[in-house]
Amino acid sequence: MKKYNVVTTISYPKKGAMGKTGSWRIFKPILDKAKCVKCLRCWIYCPEATIIRNKDDTVSIDYEYCKGCGICANVCKVKAITMEREVKKK
Amino acid sequence: MAIKDLPDTECVLPGSAACPGCPATMGLRIVFKALGKNTIMVVPACCTAVIESLHPHTSFDIPVMNIAFEAAAAGASGVEAALRQQGKEDTTVVAWAGDGGTYDIGIQALSGALERQTNFIYICYNNQIYSNTGIQRSGATPYGAWTTTTVGGKTEFRKEMGEIIQAHHIPYSAQTCVSYPEDLYNKLKKAKGIKGPKYIEIMAPCPPGWRFPMEKTVEMGTMAVETGAWALYEVENDKMTFNGKSKLILEKKIERKPIEEWIKYQGRFRHLFKPEKDVKRLKAIEEHTDQMWDRYRRCYL
Ligand SMILES: Cc1ncc(C[n+]2csc(CCOP(=O)(O)OP(=O)(O)O)c2C)c(N)n1
Ligand code: SF4
Ligand code: SF4
Ligand code: SF4
Ligand SMILES: [Mg+2]
Repeated sequence: MKKYNVVTTISYPKKGAMGKTGSWRIFKPILDKAKCVKCLRCWIYCPEATIIRNKDDTVSIDYEYCKGCGICANVCKVKAITMEREVKKK
Repeated sequence: MAIKDLPDTECVLPGSAACPGCPATMGLRIVFKALGKNTIMVVPACCTAVIESLHPHTSFDIPVMNIAFEAAAAGASGVEAALRQQGKEDTTVVAWAGDGGTYDIGIQALSGALERQTNFIYICYNNQIYSNTGIQRSGATPYGAWTTTTVGGKTEFRKEMGEIIQAHHIPYSAQTCVSYPEDLYNKLKKAKGIKGPKYIEIMAPCPPGWRFPMEKTVEMGTMAVETGAWALYEVENDKMTFNGKSKLILEKKIERKPIEEWIKYQGRFRHLFKPEKDVKRLKAIEEHTDQMWDRYRRCYL
């Protein structure tokens, strides 16, 4: 990435600028691929961009950064996503 | 335009400082899909300045300039002038500010930029409070809502920012909402193609600020529109068009749902329902909403 040599404070883009925000989760979205009808509602509404849209319009979840808000499960009309309590790794 | 047709462009990187369920990042994702990467954004003090995250990193994958709370439109005017000097007129300049930074402290800079015909898009994401500093009232906070500075519920009605903007007779202005991504996308796309000042306001229900569960952001926006608390419309060269459900409400093809259906799910209105129903204030809210729609019908139908 191009760095700029100027006398001001510049920040550069980084995925995970606040660390692995997946650790914020209390509930975890679990996708049942068999139920998914590829409507992409979860993808467009996820506030974190952690629903990944695949080439064939199936979706996957980026658990490293998903904050567990539950919006994806809530907007899915066929209930292909359910929220399950996170099991914390020690 | 269907959801499938929206582009893959992502400029909000995962792992930001936004609260779970945040309407600001939800809206920004669509804004960047519509405007693309050849965009410079000016952000004043507001939640979004925090969402960018901590130096030396940022969660936004486009150039952003941070500026003082009152100065979003002034900063964007400067960026636009500099680009024009360099002949880089294909870059879209956007000011992205909160309702506090728009309705209240930034209104002077905004009005000036609109009057000077600055070629930019001003976007206000309206979460109806000063969220970043811990939920204080703004000119956009609705009547009756609790904030830390209106503990018994706000005693004044909100400003009609859309109508203040219209008094500037700019080429394009619109109201939209994070719950309607296609509407939001189309309005941003249209604004990008028009020269001169454009103003777009996005209804942005904020879970911690409004006191509702974080998975309900989308419903809270949908209900704001279906109850008529918020209208989806656009104004092109002084011609106003209502969109979606708001059009049906305007033309009386459907009735708006009672505002109660929207606010009863928000903790900031709990004192209007418990220990007993505050019939007087609930009635005042419904009457005020009816007056707004009557005025819309008189002026714009
Ligand atoms: C001149 C000035 N006064 C006060 C502040 C403190 N301040 C920072 S952000 C903010 C509220 C922003 O509210 P809004 O514009 O609605 O954005 P939101 O936080 O809701 O996203 C305030 C009061 C400031 N930074 N500068
Ligand atoms: S739980 Fe929230 S952050 Fe996680 S994938 Fe679903 S919508 Fe995105
Ligand atoms: S909202 Fe549900 S059905 Fe639609 S793409 Fe997501 S998981 Fe599949
Ligand atoms: S307070 Fe509201 S607007 Fe601000 S980051 Fe949190 S959810 Fe987003
Ligand atoms: Mg605000």
